[in-house]
Amino acid sequence: MYGWTGNILHINLTTQDFQVETPGMDFYRKYLGGKGMGGYYLRQCATLPFDHPDMVISLFTGPLVATIAPTSGRGHLVSKSPLTGLVGDASMGGKLPTQLKRAGWDGMVITGKSPHPIGIEISNARVKFYRADSLWGMDTHQVHNTLSPKKAGLACIGPAGENGVWFASVTVDRHHAAGRSGLGLCFGVKNLKYLLVEGQGHPRVKDLKGLKEAREDIIRLAAASPALMGQYGFTSLGTGAVYDLMDNRRMMPTNNFQATRFEHAGQLNAAAYAKAYTPKKYGCRGCHILCKKISKKIGTRDKYSTTMPEFETMSHFTALIGCHDTDLVVEANDRCNRYGMDTISAAVTLACRREITGQDYTRASLLSLLDDMAQDLGEGKILNKGSVVYAAAMGHPQAAMAVKGLELPAYDPRGAYGMALGYALSTRGGCHLRAYPITHEIFRKPVATDRFSFSGKARIIKIAEDVNAVVDSITACKFIFFAAGLEEYAKAYTAVTGEASSAQDLVTIGERIYYNERIINSLNGFDARDDDLPRRFFNEPGTSGNQIQIPPIDRTAFLDARKRYYDIRGLDSFGNPLRSKSKALGLEWTNL
Amino acid sequence: MDKLVNKYANKLAAAGLAEKTGPLSPLVGGLDDTLVWNRKGPETKVLEQIFEGLNINSLVFLRPKAPYEKIIRFLAQAALSANGLIEPKDCETRTFLHDLPVVNQFSADKIIRALKKRKSVIIDVPEGNSTFSGTAVIAHGTVSPEQGFVVVSSVCFACFVKFFADYLEDLQLNRASKTCHDLFDDLSLALTPSRTPDSTVGMELPILAKGPFSTEEQIYAAIVQAGRKTVEYGLVDSYFGNVSYCRDNILYISQTGSSLDELEGCIDPVPLDGSSSAGLTASSELTAHIKTIAHTQCDAILHGHPKFSVILSMDCDPKEKAVCPHRNHCHIHCPKKRTLNQVPIVPGEVGTGPTGLCNTLPKAFGDLNHVIVYGHGVFTLGKNDFSQAFDTLVEVETNARITYLKKVQQLRNAHQGASSII
Repeated sequence: MYGWTGNILHINLTTQDFQVETPGMDFYRKYLGGKGMGGYYLRQCATLPFDHPDMVISLFTGPLVATIAPTSGRGHLVSKSPLTGLVGDASMGGKLPTQLKRAGWDGMVITGKSPHPIGIEISNARVKFYRADSLWGMDTHQVHNTLSPKKAGLACIGPAGENGVWFASVTVDRHHAAGRSGLGLCFGVKNLKYLLVEGQGHPRVKDLKGLKEAREDIIRLAAASPALMGQYGFTSLGTGAVYDLMDNRRMMPTNNFQATRFEHAGQLNAAAYAKAYTPKKYGCRGCHILCKKISKKIGTRDKYSTTMPEFETMSHFTALIGCHDTDLVVEANDRCNRYGMDTISAAVTLACRREITGQDYTRASLLSLLDDMAQDLGEGKILNKGSVVYAAAMGHPQAAMAVKGLELPAYDPRGAYGMALGYALSTRGGCHLRAYPITHEIFRKPVATDRFSFSGKARIIKIAEDVNAVVDSITACKFIFFAAGLEEYAKAYTAVTGEASSAQDLVTIGERIYYNERIINSLNGFDARDDDLPRRFFNEPGTSGNQIQIPPIDRTAFLDARKRYYDIRGLDSFGNPLRSKSKALGLEWTNL
Repeated sequence: MDKLVNKYANKLAAAGLAEKTGPLSPLVGGLDDTLVWNRKGPETKVLEQIFEGLNINSLVFLRPKAPYEKIIRFLAQAALSANGLIEPKDCETRTFLHDLPVVNQFSADKIIRALKKRKSVIIDVPEGNSTFSGTAVIAHGTVSPEQGFVVVSSVCFACFVKFFADYLEDLQLNRASKTCHDLFDDLSLALTPSRTPDSTVGMELPILAKGPFSTEEQIYAAIVQAGRKTVEYGLVDSYFGNVSYCRDNILYISQTGSSLDELEGCIDPVPLDGSSSAGLTASSELTAHIKTIAHTQCDAILHGHPKFSVILSMDCDPKEKAVCPHRNHCHIHCPKKRTLNQVPIVPGEVGTGPTGLCNTLPKAFGDLNHVIVYGHGVFTLGKNDFSQAFDTLVEVETNARITYLKKVQQLRNAHQGASSII
């Protein structure tokens, strides 16, 4: 076998033992890795609650991981989301996925529940369990400092995952996060504090010359991408480079999505952080883009331990909650990272609170609420269940800016209608990354589309979801697809694995992977009633200006586009999967 | 979708790549939940099967107009007798299209097989039982018919450049075939200055807005005008190229992927003090423009892809090339100091990588206000407005065309004493 190792590690935390599964090539061809394989195992226990001992947590690499294919040092973490009840998944960077592959594992499936805090340590074929009582309660940086992983990859949870925060994240190699869906709590309920992995092997590559050619094509395209490697692109300024663009396009979510322009934005952009913090470039293993920015903590002798905020955090911790202090954003981001808490869900929930209570935040009150969320104290006890639970409890359910329970990222859907459709239809809730229409609606790649039109968007969203399902399965970084495409990655895939393939062949696999997620969600009772946006976007305009009008979204046009999507995706008019489509895609059918 | 399929069919005709009406005019299809065409034709049945076989939302079927039709057919037939691929060497094709597959049947299965791997396929079908015979270029998109438009336009450009570049090299190596000579003779009639209605040669130069420009409105209008004229004069395919103007430490530059003939609303103001990242959607050549402005003190930059400048930028003595260690990477590593009619030619790829043209272009501007980038295009400068930049671009291309024809004449005279072609 080339590309893959052929080995999947099954760990039972109840019995603290493991087994090795060696599926045949058909399984690999059908699901690829990453998200595809994670979805396969989640489907086996789809209707169990997230905290059931038999619920799986899967971490899979893809066939390109630990090869020279650009941006392929990623893995995909999958379980059931505590926050949404949907498929819960997140792409994971850092070096851990590469180490897992080099240790000889395509992925791992964790079940059971440890009676006490536990850590899993993997060194090549050796798997050991260590009591983690002494680490329980530590924040993610403390865990990192204590375990001192050196070359090994480390994924761990902080207090948020231990204390029942529904949007707890898993922190990877200090600076990276599997951020969304509450997967940190999935670790927490199994008493799994950390995962430490080191490997010395290398996956076999079928055609190194072909892989080098594909790599050269991809690198050349990345260099030609202004968004990635341009003077103001992600390499230079990190994802925060998007901040000015969202301001300029009048689609920066402001005051809990009540407006789309924040008057202080010009002073809170990536350039301001670069000037104040002089961060350095940092990235995941195997990536040359280096979009991550890290810095020293001002006034300390700290060694670049501060992770600079990503775009979503920069935007939501300023415009969305009415703050205009970059230092506070850095501090809030750092605190969320140390606690192991998703910054998007945290900020949107705080914005919801601000709208409902009318109370603005001071530095002290904001940080105190973050502390309370992570520690499950005081008002944090309900805030840490997310905006939907909080808003409902306060009698203002309409103030929760979430789709299917997942809080919305920092692209206002009134400024990009593909994004509106993408949010509503995403299988993990309010997520911008499933279809990532911002690539063409804002970044103009592969070509620009009319951001204020639903024309053609139903099929665009469907195809993009399938493409991104492949990206998360092979497993590469979505950012590189601002520049390259599956055309180039299919070549890399074939060169690595020896499996004849093409961009379109991979998209067909992506369709299967995505449809499987739709089935899982349907088995949990989700349908068209949930494929919707908060009413605010249909009733209230954004902030027009600069010759750009931001009206409310036309609900009829939205519903028409959604209906077209159902037809194109092969769903019934209620958004439910069809047996015939499931069979055509080679998926097992379960009566809904 | 109706609007888009018609728009891009019309743009292909306006670009001189296709007939505007009739059975040879382009077919452009767009699919959301239902499939719409700009027009129906006997080919649409097979094209609809392609929609069924691929995850796409748009398709462009182009029957290229002269001279592209003959050029593409010639290259396609050569490819079909070899590895089935046309492999152009110009920079844009290398970067974005890689190679151009060719099939010899108008068969959905064969076309699908090719389009599964690449953005385009060329079909060259002999007379027979098929609903279609002749030469066509097919390209698909997953976002908009614009993708297909861009790709088929690029295929035409790449094939044009490849044919004339190859022909020159074949003459230098004394290996040009009779078919090749015949095609050149046929095409060269259309290249003669007095017979080229689509050529820059002989066209009256446009009167562009006079600078310096003092308001943003004037700057935007001047950029829009310069972009449109550059396309109208055939100095760039509408999708490629870029334009910028600098005033008060702000560079106003066309956005990435914008059409130079449709720049309204597609210009980014980029503060040069680094206080904003608004340049995130600016042209891929933003850094090259910024460095050039700093190096030359000029305010206006125009970048086009005039064909004969591109063709001759790749001209290299075959004997020297045969022993050059960089012969497979001329576009990024050519070590020789090269010129075309005294205009410097520099290597460099699109963008900001270590071999990016942003590293080579700015310092190549010496006393001259124009530089050619190997296999790519021409950058020209204007002190306060686009007049000088535009006129220079026309001049460089006119001279390149004349030089090319002279070179061919001399080589043919040397080899076979052929009759005059100029």
